Amino acid sequence: MVNIIFHKLNKPAQYFICIFVIVAVSAICYSLSQFIGYRIVALILLVSVSLLAMFFDIFPVMVASLLSALIWDFFFIPKKFTFYIDNAEDGLMFFMYFIIALVNAVLTFKIRQIEKEANKKEEKENMLKLYNTLLNSLSHELRTPIATIIGATDNLQTVSNKLSDEQKNILIEEISTASFRLNKQVENLLNMSRIESGYIKPRKDWCDVEELIYGVVNHIKENAITQTIEIKIAANMPLVYIDFGLMHQVLYNIVNNAVLYTPANSIIQVEAAYSKKVNGHFNVPFNNVVRDTEVDLLVITITDNGKGFPQAEIKKVFDKFYRLKNTETGGTGLGLSIAKGFVEAHNGTIELENIASGGAKFRIEIPTKTNYLNNLKNE
Amino acid sequence: MSNVEILVIDDEVQIRKLLEITLQSHDYKVLQAATGKEGLVIVASHPPDMVLLDLGLPDESGHSILKKLREWYTKPIIILSVQSSEEDIVTALDNGANDYLVKPFRTGELLARIRTVLRASTTEPENPVLVFNDLQIDLAARVVKKNDDPIKLTATEYSLLTLLAKNEGRVLTHHYLLKEIWGPSYINESQYLRVFVAQLRKKIEVDANKPSHLITESGVGYRFV
Repeated sequence: MVNIIFHKLNKPAQYFICIFVIVAVSAICYSLSQFIGYRIVALILLVSVSLLAMFFDIFPVMVASLLSALIWDFFFIPKKFTFYIDNAEDGLMFFMYFIIALVNAVLTFKIRQIEKEANKKEEKENMLKLYNTLLNSLSHELRTPIATIIGATDNLQTVSNKLSDEQKNILIEEISTASFRLNKQVENLLNMSRIESGYIKPRKDWCDVEELIYGVVNHIKENAITQTIEIKIAANMPLVYIDFGLMHQVLYNIVNNAVLYTPANSIIQVEAAYSKKVNGHFNVPFNNVVRDTEVDLLVITITDNGKGFPQAEIKKVFDKFYRLKNTETGGTGLGLSIAKGFVEAHNGTIELENIASGGAKFRIEIPTKTNYLNNLKNE
Repeated sequence: MSNVEILVIDDEVQIRKLLEITLQSHDYKVLQAATGKEGLVIVASHPPDMVLLDLGLPDESGHSILKKLREWYTKPIIILSVQSSEEDIVTALDNGANDYLVKPFRTGELLARIRTVLRASTTEPENPVLVFNDLQIDLAARVVKKNDDPIKLTATEYSLLTLLAKNEGRVLTHHYLLKEIWGPSYINESQYLRVFVAQLRKKIEVDANKPSHLITESGVGYRFV
């Protein structure tokens, strides 16, 4: 962990720290030179260089080893304050010191590189694993309806005379259901690839939040559902400036997710409110006054009283193709990641937490312009 | 068999076949063109009563075909478009298309749209009283009633309602509505439209949050049914 942090330091900072450490250690040793012999100093410096080698790139460490060798020679080996070495033993020692310091730097660096490559390889393998699981889930989700359509049409074509009208109607119904499912999946995939490619540019326009939320909930209620959906919209809600279509999809995906994964007769609450948030501050030119810029926030929360999400998986639910463990088949694991992508296309945020009383709470915040048109009533 | 002739301009043979069967089974005559150029030739030599035009044609964009057709062809044109292309739809409607359908569409929806635009293009003389189930609009007396109870509307609300109602079943774009009701300089001030649509719904709909008359076409406009 520490390793990674130091590695991220830029080159000049690395050089600076290496030189600083060597100079500091040398200074301490120098102040203690009446208590410790100069050969011990060599070992202390060597240890310092080895420690540096564990954290920094090869060149800063080589500079540290060179510098420490020179300092040792100049300040510690008799005669002090010259680079002159008067006996062969010290000369040999200086030479060996230099070699050990360099080898140290190079070896540690190499070990770290190998480690890095191993990490990379592991990452690649993980990616491949993830890719395979999502390919599996995807081909399952696409092939099931296709298989249904092909099978049903085969029956209608080849054994039509043996089928009762009722059986034919069942097959036609199956084809219809499968087509809609297929269409939904393709739509999801297209949305996902739009998000991935960064192609999404919200077409923002003034939008009535009440209309947006009731529209989503009415849409979901078209399927017979057992849950109760309660809607609460702040009084005097202003118009907000967002992409109606994208936000409809966001709310649909989240509310529909709640409908699919909460027990029968659960209660789902959709609440919309707005607030102001300080976005940053800037200096006004000339008189240098600091001003805060405020943005309006649209805040939508979707709360249910179901079982909530497993705490260990809560961070992963927005990952694409991620599906909670032990959930039944159906669904591509794209709904929530699409919701996140669309919210982020609005520079907004989406968060999920379990609530103490049981159940889950999604919170969406979208920075937006607002408009209060209350003075038009009598036009 | 009725004498209504519909030209289908679409490069996908499967879609053409599907439309042919659907339309023929409802007593329309069907002409087909696989490219925009072919379509233009047919319309010039033998103008049909209506055109179904796919926006994604291989030789020339549907938008440009639409513009060329609208230089002289005045009968209804319905656009066929793929999903998530609100911008294309709005452009086509502003360029004179009468309505649009998003692929994949239900054939019931297609037939309803065709009936709507054909009716609008043939019954020119205006009926002074428009009736939509529980809602009555008397254009001559300028009176609107819900279940026989008169409703008080402001001048702007009344203009918006009548403009939509006179175009029953047709989608009207935000730009068009803003221009007609508030004037050309308000063409981008959609906030007015939002506020007045909300107010109007509270007065004319049984449940303003589940409108049955004034329908939102997301990202495109409004439709009155």
